[in-house]
Amino acid sequence: MESAVLKTVGLSAYYEDNQVVNKISLSILENKITAIMGPSGCGKSTLVRCFNRLHELVPGARVEGEVFLKEENVYDMDPITVRTRIGMVFQRPNPFPIMTVRDNVVAGYVLNGIKLSRSERDEIVEQSLKGAALWDEVKDYLHKRGTFLSGGQQQRLCIARALAVKPDLLLFDEPTSALDPKATAHIERLMTELKETVTPVLVTHNIGQAGRVSDFIAFLYLGELIEFGPKGQLLTTPKDKRTEEFLTGKFG
Amino acid sequence: MDSRRLKLRILKDRGFKVGIITLSFVSIVPLILILFYIMRNGVSSLSWEFFIELPRPVGEKGGGISNAIIGSLLLVIIAGLPSIPLGIAAGIFLSEHKNSRLSYWGRLSVDVLQGTPSIVIGIIAYIWLVVPMGRFSALSGGIALGIMMLPAIVKATEETLNLIPDSLKEAALALGVPHYRTVLRVILPASISGIMTGVLISVARIAGETAPLLFTGFGNAFMNWNVTKPVNALPLLIYNYATSPYPQWHKVAWGAACVLVAFVFTLNLVVRIVIRRWKVQF
Repeated sequence: MESAVLKTVGLSAYYEDNQVVNKISLSILENKITAIMGPSGCGKSTLVRCFNRLHELVPGARVEGEVFLKEENVYDMDPITVRTRIGMVFQRPNPFPIMTVRDNVVAGYVLNGIKLSRSERDEIVEQSLKGAALWDEVKDYLHKRGTFLSGGQQQRLCIARALAVKPDLLLFDEPTSALDPKATAHIERLMTELKETVTPVLVTHNIGQAGRVSDFIAFLYLGELIEFGPKGQLLTTPKDKRTEEFLTGKFG
Repeated sequence: MDSRRLKLRILKDRGFKVGIITLSFVSIVPLILILFYIMRNGVSSLSWEFFIELPRPVGEKGGGISNAIIGSLLLVIIAGLPSIPLGIAAGIFLSEHKNSRLSYWGRLSVDVLQGTPSIVIGIIAYIWLVVPMGRFSALSGGIALGIMMLPAIVKATEETLNLIPDSLKEAALALGVPHYRTVLRVILPASISGIMTGVLISVARIAGETAPLLFTGFGNAFMNWNVTKPVNALPLLIYNYATSPYPQWHKVAWGAACVLVAFVFTLNLVVRIVIRRWKVQF
């Protein structure tokens, strides 16, 4: 039995009185890619934002239920610790515009006031950029601003930035929705390579992407977890009628 | 559509275009006239001595306005020291807590302060500082000007911060960066060009203020570096000399006006450069 990195128990999330995530219990296994799939507005982004406690920063937002990160309840931990252990990559690449490529990678240290020696820093920068398959493209431009890179490169820079702090879990919130097909393919390949070192969670509304990348798929609809299982089983022999309808394009 | 109506529409379009071009020219005519008039009357009094010498008594030739230039700089520094950090802090608060009750009242008071006549702010500084201190001073003048520049800085900071995309803030928060560090190390540096612009424009504005200085800075015929003593300033000097009966002093006032306008013009050029050089792209 593989161990679960993250486990939710009866997790519900609200904006004011509007419930967007409804009593979801699921486990995310170590070194497997779990895709959270569902149509727009089904609460999949909100669900993963409960994992790293970003959801609660929205005014009026509320969370019920529990999230365990390796047996530790995330909601008993300091949110800052949680967020260094659960990294996140967003829909649109968001490198820090005032920082160089190098500073962007070590931003998790620098912004938290952690001092690094030059050799430590250079090693983290190289390791993380290699991990994000960006090293060869930017190794001569480390002193340039991160915003000069192309969209796909910026997104990989954001992945490197998240990898640099060595998280247990890395949340990808529709990471390719602002990218062209080539950059998308690159990121997808990268995610499958990354699962050896960090456990990726992929939020997507794209069935093809979930199929290409993931090991497990959770299908969400209207804030509820409809079905969860290994991708082959869920994509070919879904148990629930709604999953089947989504997969066959009846809605979505 | 028949061609007659089409022609009419094209004609209207042309008429509108000619109209707005003419009107925009008309709107810059006053500025050009003012600049031209100040230059014509003031440039002849400008010389090296004009910048480094003290004013001379009526009847004596030569002399300069060095005390007013230094006084104005002193006043701007005294005004900016408390107002720039306070204004930026208030702007951060208003932008970070958009819907709190305190920010509602804060925003309202900034608007009211912006609309408060400058003479009233002068009186307040007089009551708060001049009366207890027993004399006019650069300090009281600087504080009066500081209150005047506050609203512009608060607004510029708030508006610039509101333009920073949330995604940038989330990027920092998702790395486990605490909120205050996110604001100080990510959001503020990204908005530096807008904040600097607000500060420079407010400096340009208070540099020309006369009314709040009438009973605070008061004016001084001599050089003064002491902030607890009365100090001269360019607009005060212009006011005093222009209302005097001596043609020679009128010439000095024109020269001082020239210097003041050049200063404001330069600040505005600097603003352009700041915007171009430090603008952050997302």
